[in-house]
Amino acid sequence: MRLPPQPGERLDREREVELAFHGATVRGFEGDTIASALFGEGQRVFSRSFKYHRPRGLLCCQGTCPNCMLTVDGTPNVRACVTPVVEGMRIEAQNVRGSLDHDLLAITDRIGGPFTPVGFYYRTMIRPRRLWPLYERFLRSVAGLGEVDKHRGRAQRYDVEHRRTEVLVVGGGSAGREAARRHAAEGRGVVVVETDPARIEAGNGFEVVNGTVLGIFEGGLIPVDAGTLLLRYRASHVVVAAGAVEQPLVFPGNDLVGVVLPEAVRRLVGRWSLRPGERAVVIAADERALDTVELLEQAGTRVAEVVDLQEQRVREIAAEGRSGRLASVELDGRKVACDLLVMSGGRQPAYALLAHAGARVDYDHARGIFVPDDLPDGIEVVGAAGGEVGEASVPAASYNGAAKKDKCFVCVCEDVTDKDMKRAIGEGFDSIELAKRYTTVTMGPCQGKLCHVPSIRLYARENETDEATIGTTTARPPWQPVELGLLAGRPHEPAQRTSIHHRHKELGAKMMWTGTWRRPHSYGDPAGEAKNVHDALGVIDVSTLGKLVVTGTDAAEFLERLYPNRFGDMKPGRIRYGVLNSDAGRIMDDGTIARLSQEEFYVTTTSTGAGAVVEWFEWWNAIWQMDVEIVNVTGALAAVNVAGPNARELMTRLTDLDVSNESFTYLDAKQALVAGVPALLLRIGFVGELGYEIHFPSPFGEHVWDTILERGADLGAKPFGLEPQRILRLEKMHVLVGQDTDSESNVLEASMPWIAKLDKDDFVGKWSLEHVLERGFREQLVGFEMENGVVPLEGGQIVIDGRPGGRVTSARWSDQVGRAIGMAWVPPDLAEENAELTIKVNGLVEKARVRLRPFFDPEGERLRS
Amino acid sequence: MSFLLPCPNCGPRPVDEFSCTGEVTVRPKGSPSLRELTDYLYFRRNVAGVQREWWCHRLGCEAWFTAERDTRTNDVLSVEVPAEQ
Repeated sequence: MRLPPQPGERLDREREVELAFHGATVRGFEGDTIASALFGEGQRVFSRSFKYHRPRGLLCCQGTCPNCMLTVDGTPNVRACVTPVVEGMRIEAQNVRGSLDHDLLAITDRIGGPFTPVGFYYRTMIRPRRLWPLYERFLRSVAGLGEVDKHRGRAQRYDVEHRRTEVLVVGGGSAGREAARRHAAEGRGVVVVETDPARIEAGNGFEVVNGTVLGIFEGGLIPVDAGTLLLRYRASHVVVAAGAVEQPLVFPGNDLVGVVLPEAVRRLVGRWSLRPGERAVVIAADERALDTVELLEQAGTRVAEVVDLQEQRVREIAAEGRSGRLASVELDGRKVACDLLVMSGGRQPAYALLAHAGARVDYDHARGIFVPDDLPDGIEVVGAAGGEVGEASVPAASYNGAAKKDKCFVCVCEDVTDKDMKRAIGEGFDSIELAKRYTTVTMGPCQGKLCHVPSIRLYARENETDEATIGTTTARPPWQPVELGLLAGRPHEPAQRTSIHHRHKELGAKMMWTGTWRRPHSYGDPAGEAKNVHDALGVIDVSTLGKLVVTGTDAAEFLERLYPNRFGDMKPGRIRYGVLNSDAGRIMDDGTIARLSQEEFYVTTTSTGAGAVVEWFEWWNAIWQMDVEIVNVTGALAAVNVAGPNARELMTRLTDLDVSNESFTYLDAKQALVAGVPALLLRIGFVGELGYEIHFPSPFGEHVWDTILERGADLGAKPFGLEPQRILRLEKMHVLVGQDTDSESNVLEASMPWIAKLDKDDFVGKWSLEHVLERGFREQLVGFEMENGVVPLEGGQIVIDGRPGGRVTSARWSDQVGRAIGMAWVPPDLAEENAELTIKVNGLVEKARVRLRPFFDPEGERLRS
Repeated sequence: MSFLLPCPNCGPRPVDEFSCTGEVTVRPKGSPSLRELTDYLYFRRNVAGVQREWWCHRLGCEAWFTAERDTRTNDVLSVEVPAEQ
């Protein structure tokens, strides 16, 4: 089936490649594309059209039109004409019921009726409204392109690379190459992006990148599709040498298999040594298209007729086919038999990228094309993209006569006919932007490359105006279709692990995410782990806490302004709990603040809040300009909390420090060697038992952890995870910021009024809190106990008079309390000890009682013991 | 938004490396009335034109600075590190 070797052919005839097309073996050569291999084996129908399921064959052969889109190795919508063959590829047709040659859905092309004109689904399928999902499913199954296999899993890994260059040239044709050489000669760094690597060689002082430019964005950002790699180029100067696109003519049957654009002939013959047809008619608006006559003859195709539109006027063109394949063409009533029709309506400069960058686009009446004008700074255009497309005659808007003939397509991607366009105008869509959305012309896979100019031309004629008045539709990226995976890039799941992480794994911990941190959920027995804290000694890795050191002569004053608490009167070696507020009075984060010396504070934040708190501190200090230094030591320090009645005994074994309750009391902070490691000890009790938080350099994480478990073994020292910690803190009614509070919560309504020292001169959030007091509470955070043992869902509803009146934020079963307990936002009048709540649980309504004091050890005796 | 923002320390960098807290506002002094407070908290000039904004080079040097940006074109006219008093 191949011609003898042609000058410049791309085939390596020594190397055969085998593909599977619907199970059948297809042979091609190295250098073939999928389409050329299939064409070589006699395949002429490559797809079925979007709406009418008409057979479609190769049209542009350069990756523009939708006609050769196939599913390749499970990836839908692969443009076979530009995809090189790879041994063993599995290729399947798409949007077909049956086979490419006998598609059952082709009936839509014949019956038509009310179900196919433009916009029919907006009119006929909207009633009854509840049936729309059904209609939609039906429409999706019968119309469209390939299907994504949702169960396929990740077949490919995509990556993103950020690159810079001084000059980026889009397109490696002759104009692009020349521009690249010119800029390189002037000493600039030049990168040329070209889709076809065979077209251009590197050297001459510039780099060549094989890929497709998707658009030009603000700041000279140019994404380049390089297969599985997205290159994000930044260029200070961009040269657009994107060339021009050969335009189809609009006439009945212009989509029949065998109607092609000139480039298809050039490639079939020149690259792949294939004979495009046996008997051809050429209708050309420019010289370039006429050149294909010689090529055709060289390939052994008989050229039956050549119509040079520059010389000859034609009113009507009508292609006729048998089973969707071209059989003849009628030129002003004269019938010429042919199986190949080469058509060209001249070339339209590929200005889209320039329009992305902000260029204006003007209509050139004389040549019937749109040309870019008024280029923004840093953007240059060369060659055909700028309008150098040579002489051509302006084709008619359509060559459709009065006689009833076959469909006449303006847009092959979306199956939009001239009739559809006229109908849209008749319905009042008088702007091209509206008509585009209604008819979907230019919105298909070619993104208007083949239908933009023809549709505007037709629109102008039907509105009895000119193309300049109609104007263009907005060009938007991507210029070429792109796989979503490429835009999504490699999935980034940054994980932070503490220095004790591997010990948790060895101990069989079930890990969970908290923000970007990996933390032990539990070591298998949350309730047992919680019990061990109450009865003996629990050990938890709290290295994830945000940790900041704030120093400077203004440190105390700085924190006084940021926190509603007071710090000026704090003695070195003491700790206070603090809640950070925004100026709107909303809770942002919480933690402990230890004063290490007169001018040095150690601040902890929530596990997920460290970054935001540092940014917040730095921002206020940029405004206030105080003498304060803020250092984030979150990663540098590990932290372990030991809690339970045996905690003190453990500490006596780990340190020489006097840890008696008299000299190291609740809310004291002391520095000492622990297990030989310099550490800061904070006596605090988030979990409600006597406890010490040990902060020390991260590299000693495993050493300190191991020592604690070893020396505390006879004291019952056992690790506990986040889940038991959540039970324990809930028993104490300790608020978990972000769990019990949201972006609307303030400390007053969150039942922590003692935090806000409203008699201070000023602090961030003070005025808003004063306003909350003035306007009165709208809701309040309270504890509750369920009357039966049911644990409501977090986020569950509190029902008042049959309506939602509050929400549950935390709920757990507590063995210690012997009840299901929780916290909830309720209306202020229900924020009273023992008030009755009704909570929706699994569709039923369950009773609960409000509790305002901690469920466990309300006086905090165990903390202070 | 893909413009380059000139960080006073690091030079022009892609805007997604920065965080922005919006227009520079003036925090009221003393005890503001409810109207003054809501003006400060919730109302912005939102100009189509040049405005001064707070930016932080979050994924870089972490410095806070103010920038004058034309909201129509994203041209950054000047950047300034708040002066130490």
